[in-house]
Amino acid sequence: MFAELWISLTESLVRLGDIVRFLLRVLGQVPRALPRFQLIVDQVYNAGSLSLVIIMLSGLFVGMVLGLQGFELLQRFGSEEALGTAAAIGLVKELGPVVTALLFAGRAGTALASELGLMRATDQLSAMEMMAVDPVRRVVVPRFLGGVIAMPLLAAIFSMIGIYGAQLVGVQIMHVDSGSFWSQMRASVDLKDINEGIVKSCVFGVTCSLIAVYEGYHATPTAEGVGAATTRTVVTSAVVVLFLDYLLTAFFL
Amino acid sequence: MRKSRAMSLGTGLFVVLGFAALFFLTTQTTSRGISFRSEPQYQVTAKFDNIGDLKVGAPVSMAGVEVGRVAKIGFDSRDYKAVVTMRLNAKYNQIPTDSDASIYTQGLLGGKFVGLTPGGAETYLKNNDQIDFTQSAFVLENLIGQFLANFSKNAGQSKSAAPAAEKQ
Repeated sequence: MFAELWISLTESLVRLGDIVRFLLRVLGQVPRALPRFQLIVDQVYNAGSLSLVIIMLSGLFVGMVLGLQGFELLQRFGSEEALGTAAAIGLVKELGPVVTALLFAGRAGTALASELGLMRATDQLSAMEMMAVDPVRRVVVPRFLGGVIAMPLLAAIFSMIGIYGAQLVGVQIMHVDSGSFWSQMRASVDLKDINEGIVKSCVFGVTCSLIAVYEGYHATPTAEGVGAATTRTVVTSAVVVLFLDYLLTAFFL
Repeated sequence: MRKSRAMSLGTGLFVVLGFAALFFLTTQTTSRGISFRSEPQYQVTAKFDNIGDLKVGAPVSMAGVEVGRVAKIGFDSRDYKAVVTMRLNAKYNQIPTDSDASIYTQGLLGGKFVGLTPGGAETYLKNNDQIDFTQSAFVLENLIGQFLANFSKNAGQSKSAAPAAEKQ
């Protein structure tokens, strides 16, 4: 019993150490991968542009729900004008970065992991090594950087669409005064709140991209292994993002 | 080639949209944003004994209508008063010089704002004028303190009154 516990504990520590070492290896290769800029642009397209539709739709609905729930709650205190503030703070600081990261892990993270895992399973990565091409530099780093660049932009788009979603429900349907919706938001949202959101989404971008490329790169080279790597990517990303979110929030308060 | 061109276009669109969203968040949802319709303004100052938690950017209103905003809050170390600089919209240029500036609270627990009550003078406030009649912020702690002081004084009186009544 204790022996099993000990083994699983050391296994998790080994995995964590492996991920950190892989991060250092990726970061070390970043300067050499930068000259091949087109590869990074292609990955920004894969991670960013292709996630745009799901991010915008989710942002709209999250904002609309926030508008409805916020209105319902604030109405009890007779302060439904604060809806703009509530929606903007909630979206910019929390929901924007976190929900975007979870969607990103599901949409782009799984694509990255299964792509790399299939490359591993079909020996494409080994073939590159045979040709003296470092697969980390040629394949992993552009994908990692693409995710890191795309995430803050996706989170900002999510928050913006979400605020318009809240405005749609609050102002158009529930008839909160449009002027106080925007002016109360402007009066109480600080640049600090926006910075918090941006820092969070950058950290989540690094986290999700790193976990996806790590799992894909180290996938067991079988059909089963690739599937397992994809699943682990989503599960690990979700847990780590929510944990880091708590840490970052505590740090910023 | 054709596919790569479409991809580049998609990437470009995504990046532009992302930065537009960041720009929207920083300028349109915060008070430090750029206002695209900036109107001509003029400045007036007022000295208060106590401004409570009045903040830069708080509204200045007359009869409930916003006529300007608090632009700067300073401290006058000669007469120990807070100097509040307000930027008023130039279209409200007929505010009498003997108007009264008071600090009020929005709602029960809301933020502070400056309310102007017009006076009767025939001359109007100009740029860099000072409003002389001011009323400080209403500080809840002071009020509670006064209330408690009165309460304990009353209680003390009734206690001392009781034995006196017994003697008689």
